[in-house]
Amino acid sequence: MNDIRDALLVARDSQHGLIRRPVSPHIGIYRWPITMVASILNRATGIALCAGSLLLVWWLVAAASGPQDFAIVEGFIASPLGLLLLLGWTASLFYHLLSGIRHLLWDAGTGLEKPSLNPVTWLVLALTFVATVLVWFAGYMALGV
Amino acid sequence: MAKQSEKITVMRSQLGRVRGTGAAHAGAHHWKAERVTAVALVPLTVWFVIAVLSHLGTDQPAIAAWAGRPWNAALLLALIVLTFHHMQLGLQVVWEDYIHVIKRRNAVILATKGACLLLGLAAGIAVLKLAAVAH
Repeated sequence: MNDIRDALLVARDSQHGLIRRPVSPHIGIYRWPITMVASILNRATGIALCAGSLLLVWWLVAAASGPQDFAIVEGFIASPLGLLLLLGWTASLFYHLLSGIRHLLWDAGTGLEKPSLNPVTWLVLALTFVATVLVWFAGYMALGV
Repeated sequence: MAKQSEKITVMRSQLGRVRGTGAAHAGAHHWKAERVTAVALVPLTVWFVIAVLSHLGTDQPAIAAWAGRPWNAALLLALIVLTFHHMQLGLQVVWEDYIHVIKRRNAVILATKGACLLLGLAAGIAVLKLAAVAH
């Protein structure tokens, strides 16, 4: 027990053994609403983008350093691992962007009504998928492969 | 209808009310800064994605010339400053949620701010260098 609040979460069961009281939401019996998934995804993609920003910094610094350094970055991005990271980065960027707009609308006081919450959340997920596919399709078209 | 004579007791001190900093003891500045940077990043991010798409497969001199043009450099610098500012604001909230030992939490938040500052400076200096040598 490393927090005074833990004292309130400990109880005894019918056999007088110490147990932890369940906390809400109890994940095991909780049906995940789509808004909860979206909220967790917003934070997860935000953290993923922090890692992805390293690629942006590396790309810019290499561009300013010269052709040799830039070729190393381009080689990494074109590798299977690089492409996978870039795909994750693209999807995370679009999700965080669209989900962020949803949050900004909420902060402005609109869209908090129950009927619009779930459809808008599904729309954000669908648009993330569409935008990611479109950008990668456009990218491969531009490269002509 | 409530009686006019009914007395409402406010437990909050008048000093606390005037300071207006609330339970976070820091006011709404952090929350607002997170939103303001987010609003600015919406158009900047869309611009950046389109710009990268239209330069796919080009070599270093082409990218350097593009990034060095004054307006592109200005937009890149804005993107960099706002991205890393938004990033350290967001990560701070993540650490505050999950790290419960105050000293460790503050150390991690400070390290995060330092890392974001250095990464942003490196990216910004790269753009400034490209802008300075571009023809």
